[in-house]
Amino acid sequence: MLKASNSVAGIQRQANISIKRSLATVADPPVRRYGGLKDQDRIFTNAYCRHDHGIKGALSRGDWHRTKDILLKGDSWIIQTIKDSGLRGRGGAGFPSGLKWSFMNKPDWQKDKRPRYLVVNADEGEPGTCKDREILRGDPHKLVEGCLVAGRAMNATAAYIYIRGEFFQEASHLQQAITEAYKGGLIGKDACGSGYSFDVYLHRGAGAYICGEETALIESLEGKQGKPRLKPPFPADVGLFGCPTTVANVETVAVAPTICRRGGSWFASFGRERNQGTKLFCISGHVNNPCVVEEEMSIPLKDLIERHCGGVRGGWDNLLGIIPGGSSVPVLPIDKCSEVLMDYDSLKDAQSGLGTGAVIVMDKSTDIVSAIARFSSFYKHESCGQCTPCREGTTWMMNMMNRMVEGRAHRREIDMLLELTKQVEGRTICALGDAAAWPIQGLMRHFRPEVEARIDAFRASHGGVMFGGRMIHDADPTLAIPDNLGANLVEPGDRV
Amino acid sequence: MLRLVSRPSSTGRLGKVVCSGAPHGGRRSIASTSARQADITLTVDGKEVTVPKVRSALIQACEAAGATIPRFCYHDRLAIAGNCRMCLVEVERSPKPVASCAMPAMPGSKVFTNTPLVHEAREGVMEFLLANHPLDCPICDQGGECDLQDQSMRYGSDRTRFHEITGKRAVENKDLGPLVKTSMNRCIQCTRCVRFANEVAGVEELGTTGRGNDLQIGMYVEKTMDSELSGNIIDLCPVGALTSKPYALHARPWELKNTESIDVMDAVGSNIRVDSRGVQVMRIQPRTNDEVNEEWITRRPFVAASWEEALQTIADGIASSGATGNEIQAVAGHLADTESLVALKDLINRLGSDNLALDQINGSAPPLHGVDVRSNYLFNSTIPGVEEADAILLVGTNPRHEAAVLNSRIRKSWLHTSLEVGLIGERTDTAYGYDYLGADSKALADFIAGKGAFAAKFKAAKRPLIIVGSALAEQPDGAAAYNALAKFVEKNKDSLITPEWNGFSVLHRIASRPAAYEIGFVPSKKAASTQPKFIYLLNADEVDPKSIPANAFVVYQGHHGDLGASLADVCLPAAAYTEKAMTWVNTEGRSQVGRAAVPPPGASREDWKIIRALSEVLGSPLPYDDVLSLRDRMWDISPTLVRYDVVERTSPEVAVAGLQTIAANTVSAKVSGKPFLKPISNFYQTDPISRASVTMAQCTRAFVKGEDYGFGEKGSEAAYA
Repeated sequence: MLKASNSVAGIQRQANISIKRSLATVADPPVRRYGGLKDQDRIFTNAYCRHDHGIKGALSRGDWHRTKDILLKGDSWIIQTIKDSGLRGRGGAGFPSGLKWSFMNKPDWQKDKRPRYLVVNADEGEPGTCKDREILRGDPHKLVEGCLVAGRAMNATAAYIYIRGEFFQEASHLQQAITEAYKGGLIGKDACGSGYSFDVYLHRGAGAYICGEETALIESLEGKQGKPRLKPPFPADVGLFGCPTTVANVETVAVAPTICRRGGSWFASFGRERNQGTKLFCISGHVNNPCVVEEEMSIPLKDLIERHCGGVRGGWDNLLGIIPGGSSVPVLPIDKCSEVLMDYDSLKDAQSGLGTGAVIVMDKSTDIVSAIARFSSFYKHESCGQCTPCREGTTWMMNMMNRMVEGRAHRREIDMLLELTKQVEGRTICALGDAAAWPIQGLMRHFRPEVEARIDAFRASHGGVMFGGRMIHDADPTLAIPDNLGANLVEPGDRV
Repeated sequence: MLRLVSRPSSTGRLGKVVCSGAPHGGRRSIASTSARQADITLTVDGKEVTVPKVRSALIQACEAAGATIPRFCYHDRLAIAGNCRMCLVEVERSPKPVASCAMPAMPGSKVFTNTPLVHEAREGVMEFLLANHPLDCPICDQGGECDLQDQSMRYGSDRTRFHEITGKRAVENKDLGPLVKTSMNRCIQCTRCVRFANEVAGVEELGTTGRGNDLQIGMYVEKTMDSELSGNIIDLCPVGALTSKPYALHARPWELKNTESIDVMDAVGSNIRVDSRGVQVMRIQPRTNDEVNEEWITRRPFVAASWEEALQTIADGIASSGATGNEIQAVAGHLADTESLVALKDLINRLGSDNLALDQINGSAPPLHGVDVRSNYLFNSTIPGVEEADAILLVGTNPRHEAAVLNSRIRKSWLHTSLEVGLIGERTDTAYGYDYLGADSKALADFIAGKGAFAAKFKAAKRPLIIVGSALAEQPDGAAAYNALAKFVEKNKDSLITPEWNGFSVLHRIASRPAAYEIGFVPSKKAASTQPKFIYLLNADEVDPKSIPANAFVVYQGHHGDLGASLADVCLPAAAYTEKAMTWVNTEGRSQVGRAAVPPPGASREDWKIIRALSEVLGSPLPYDDVLSLRDRMWDISPTLVRYDVVERTSPEVAVAGLQTIAANTVSAKVSGKPFLKPISNFYQTDPISRASVTMAQCTRAFVKGEDYGFGEKGSEAAYA
């Protein structure tokens, strides 16, 4: 007893030293709600192309304001500012931009006499994504200025903007902006009077999705077939025309001047730690008001839809699922949709991804299997065919998905399909294999009962299906059917 | 498998050439990386290995550690594609499996080649490869030597999961010419053939079209693949998509006996493997003209008489023609082996004649360069040495046709270094760019005078190289050209002839020629002016019928009964190069020994034995009864003949002295201004073997004349599974 009380007192004494036990006066920091970006904090002030996209309008919106001073601050200052701002690549992978740009300035980079390039990836082809398009159309000067600032940061000699071939108006606006910038002495020799020479070239692609992959884009720019290269060597060592190159997304580049003007801490004040900044979200699908909107990172998905898109068609409860980041990320069901935040980490925790920020909303009228099967067809069509798992796997997965839309499959084939996606994922040269595999994995993760129901319904109405989609009753009964066709498996609910 | 070069120990691999000082100065290719210089130590499956300081891929480190890595697209001598994904391995701290062929070996990394992840990855890739591969192994020519077959047995799953009702991919077959049979359904898109054609052969038209599952290998437009190296893609193809058309469905690999031998179609002396079944040579690997040789072994117009009768007729012929001394002439043809040349020279000399002619234009005159100094007529820079040259002047030669594999080395060097090439002679497509200086002696004189940009570059070069075509000596202005060149080289000996480098190289195109010079199979001045009454043609099929006097008695010894045989009074059937184990000297002066793959058919005998037998009938028997004592005799003539596989260099002093002899011999030569013509207009039929071949006739029609060669599958044959 005595001993016991002693020990209790001892513990209490220790506790008094380390933890202050009292009434709940030490509150957790107030829960911060993200979202509701104010107009004064918007970067893309002409995203909807309501104002003049030319040089006059751009100047009036503050573009090219003291760009010379930014350039004169030097490469390490710009990179440090970008690092401080916490900007992560807006193309989908979310690699920290400041770090990426700093790879260009290795020790003794001056001794390397090769030219150095910034390549801007404006080959926006991901289904559901339309954010870069708005920038190119309404704020092309932001991009051109961004090229100059980012180019200065990585000591590039020129920027190539690889724009998607289908973007005709966008290419025209951008070309107009480049011409105006040249005329105004903003780029070219002695850009903005800073003594720094920088050229910007526009290159129109021919409409292949794979050319949006950074090394395939480089190949395509070089005039070859757009097929991803092996890494290493990374583009920062051997890139465009064999020279150091950095490929960056339009949005990443276009926000750089504003960050440099308003400071890294301003940009970092938005969003959660490691996911800072503002971002263009493009919401499409079954919402009342599909739109592209610039919002704070980490805004709850539900808020984003309710605030800017007038909610889901038929109310939130009519929601079936949301693909939060373009066609290559897994779909989320309604319960997850109501709690996730729109940033890299939260969506990753929800087994999906932010991708390009292209939110595809699907209400209950959607045939989700058919939707995912359409993605599979897309990836089959866009696979470059270079490496085996993607070339063969995308076709195989598409064929299986097309059968599952109908239900003409065997229940066991769902697991086999999942296994195929695992055989493709992470085995390919570029990320297209992963992108083809993830939507199917997402579908089976959250909507497997739906697929199974279809298979059962088809079986009930048409009879048994063998592996591969042949009907059992079509098989020639005079021939032996191999066991690995699944014809002899007894299914629950079969009338034996 | 693929041997582009005569020596397996060649340096420098395609696509992995370390760039020199200027990082992008004179390079013609785009992608390359800087050199890595330190030795690398890493761990593979717990075993520590050190890979040499050349840039090594992980796959090489794994091989060094004794771990076998399956692969399809990776090939030692081709650029890395990394697209088959069969060679995936696990690397510590890498979340995904890594393609070992494409990943550089990093110091200290830990690699695992035998883990469940790796097994599963290999099995998965194999499943995908087989998903669209027709299961037609029983009718596929690659069966038994198919990488896909072997690796699917070793690494694949034991059953299929591919039952899609949509079925397998069907691809239309391509027409790549008379040598290559295509069955594109079997293609696994490893792109080895594409890389070979683009990098080595210089055929940039072979490539991939379409994307995704519709990716196809082809020529972009309907045309055949016109390259002297096109046959190599058959050996490169890991599956049965590209197989040999002449060999199609003739034999299975496990029925064949393999014999290592030496190619005699040009003077490079490529190493080849002769595959034979019974007494028939079925195919040659790896040479352009993979050829089913049955026709030319069985269809032989000889042997109407017995050997005794034939030899006695010759003895009588000498007597009746009344030929004595130099009136007895021997002509050495293209495919004469060294042993028979020695025996024939000894025999003719014993009969009191010096009239030893070569089967070429001006072949019955003493050669311009003499035979006393080896460096005057050999390829002194050596064939691997070509890659060290930084400026090459080609005089009167088209290496693409005279030595195709040498040409691919020049192309490789041209692609990866700042090599400059100049050409004097007939314009030709060499598969690399060159400065065209002109076609005649005037162009040569201008070059020597230092006129023009190329002359300046040549002067500044550290390792300049002049490649003189063997045909130059046959040209009207050959003597003058030799004179000018010899003087030029002597004048610039500081750069051209040093203890490490000899930049004056003669490129022979005929397999027997270097050996003939080596043993002095050339006429004396006096003999050359004698009208022959008795002519002994040893494999000589290029002779001009008009040069043979009407009353002369002609003996032909050979194996194909070409032109020479039609001129002859007596034909002696001899063995072809696949039927005898003989010595060949290549253009570098490197002796190599070929091996008999099949026994000579019927009554035919090895050449030197025929000559030995004839010497007995003629009453002056040669002093050697077996091949070993004959080789002792060769040792007496020149030890280099029997020092196999070695190139002996000539010292600079002797080389310079040799050049002085050339200059002295040709001092009175006059310039006529006629252009230097190329000797080979039809690459596919340069010798009696290829002239007797149906396949080579088709190649000639398809590639040289541009006709439809009659074997085309256009239209008539639909794609079938």
